[in-house]
Amino acid sequence: MGAGRLYAAVAAGGFRRYATYRVATAAGVFTNTVFGLILVYTYLALWDVRPHLGGYDRAQAVTYVWLGQACLAALAIGGGGVEDELIERIRTGDIAIDLYRPADLQLWWLAGDLGRAVFQLLGRGVAPFVLGSLLFPVALPSDVLTWTAFLGTVLLAMLVSFGIRYLVALSTFWLMDGRGALQMMMITGFFCSGMLLPLNVFPGALGDVVRVLPWSSLLQAPADVLLGRAGALGTYLFQAAWAVALLLAGRLLQSVATRRVVVQGG
Amino acid sequence: MELGPAGSGGREPGRLREGLRVYRLVAGAWIRSTMAYRASFVMTAFGNFASTALDFVAILLMFTRVDGLAGWSLPDVAFLYGLSATSFGLADLAVGSVEGLGRRVRDGTLDLLFLRPAPVLAQLAADRFALRRLGRITQGLLVLGWALAAVDVAWTPLKVLLMPVMVVSGGVIFGAVFVGGSAFQFAAQDASEVQNAFTYGGVTLLQYPPTVFARELVRGVTFVLPLAFVDWVPASYVLGRPLPLDLPAWTAFLPPLVAAVCCALAGLAWRAGVRSYRSTGS
Repeated sequence: MGAGRLYAAVAAGGFRRYATYRVATAAGVFTNTVFGLILVYTYLALWDVRPHLGGYDRAQAVTYVWLGQACLAALAIGGGGVEDELIERIRTGDIAIDLYRPADLQLWWLAGDLGRAVFQLLGRGVAPFVLGSLLFPVALPSDVLTWTAFLGTVLLAMLVSFGIRYLVALSTFWLMDGRGALQMMMITGFFCSGMLLPLNVFPGALGDVVRVLPWSSLLQAPADVLLGRAGALGTYLFQAAWAVALLLAGRLLQSVATRRVVVQGG
Repeated sequence: MELGPAGSGGREPGRLREGLRVYRLVAGAWIRSTMAYRASFVMTAFGNFASTALDFVAILLMFTRVDGLAGWSLPDVAFLYGLSATSFGLADLAVGSVEGLGRRVRDGTLDLLFLRPAPVLAQLAADRFALRRLGRITQGLLVLGWALAAVDVAWTPLKVLLMPVMVVSGGVIFGAVFVGGSAFQFAAQDASEVQNAFTYGGVTLLQYPPTVFARELVRGVTFVLPLAFVDWVPASYVLGRPLPLDLPAWTAFLPPLVAAVCCALAGLAWRAGVRSYRSTGS
């Protein structure tokens, strides 16, 4: 089997694996919709006091909320992607089996995670977004070009997200237990991606700092393109730069880990 | 499958005492096991503290840009936040583990609990008793403490008395939501995430003023799922604000009654769930 076909098969497997649990997916859609509702009302209260906060109008703020709920699971902003399993395999020593497979470790897990992300975007993301758009006034682009550009930013966001989570998972080689690292990842992910509040609403220098960190690629970048506040090209460059940097760092850490660290297990 | 635990035909007070004894034993064992790894406990407790603090950070960030949210100042919102987070933290510590029911149904380990001569609910509530959840309670209490110092309230003996009553009743209401939601998992199994919408969604909702939300939503969480009695209704009374939905002032003293009714309903739901339980079999 050609290398391309192998990773395509792994990705398709990741997709199917999550697609199997339909009731769980429906439950996830319900929960995302409830949280979206709560957030929309708090944002509207905020925008009532400051009508053009962060340069958004009310409809744009509402759109931002539903976009966040649509991307939360797909982009694993608080975790919940393949890293949980990877950490468990490193902790138990099963990773040794993965290492002698005739496939690249990083690409293998990346493919699986992309399959998962695409399913969760379609299965868990679309429904709350559509429901939210029907219940509240939203600001959506009317041209196909912006939508296509937006989908491009989401795809790049998936790569950046995996890049971050792969590094966190590899830390288990040294820390032996991934719980602390996952918790830190969740906190930084929520804070720096704009999941708590759009990054352009953050005050002063704090806002400038979070905007250049990799997490801003996850939610803020796709939102900026969808809401027509940033050009696609500049956004792509920013996201791609972080994706390449993080994936290369992951590769480097992987080679250090496999060379220097003794795998656990008996 | 009706594997009645020993003493299932006994009097209610006896069963309750037995349940509490089992709960204490199981929780104690988990605490000892947690304390065997002290550094890990300190780190996860801090993580619990920090991750629950995120919600308050969001509120603080909002207040860097505005002076009030739907007519409520930062100390007022912090007051709501502190009450909601502390009540929820107490419920999460005491019975939060019951949300693991769906997993135990799927992998068949729930049968194990049925075979032991002890009430299943007590065993499940104490299962993996997570002392790290003190982190959330601490965080809620800190915000509540700051809010108490900052709010402008004309304290009366009645209001002072209402404070602990509110926190404890709120904890019991959230606890009933946990147990009721878990009872639903007997039927739903894979849909365990739905429960999060009511538990974690509920605590998030109650951190913001009721005036933020649509009237129908406020009605729903007052009359259908009475979360409003955790803090919105009594806290509005303490702060001297009009009560949500223009409820009369005496309703601020209803939380203990609401909590008792919620417990009764959750208990009924739990029994119905246990009766309908069919083991996975393998």
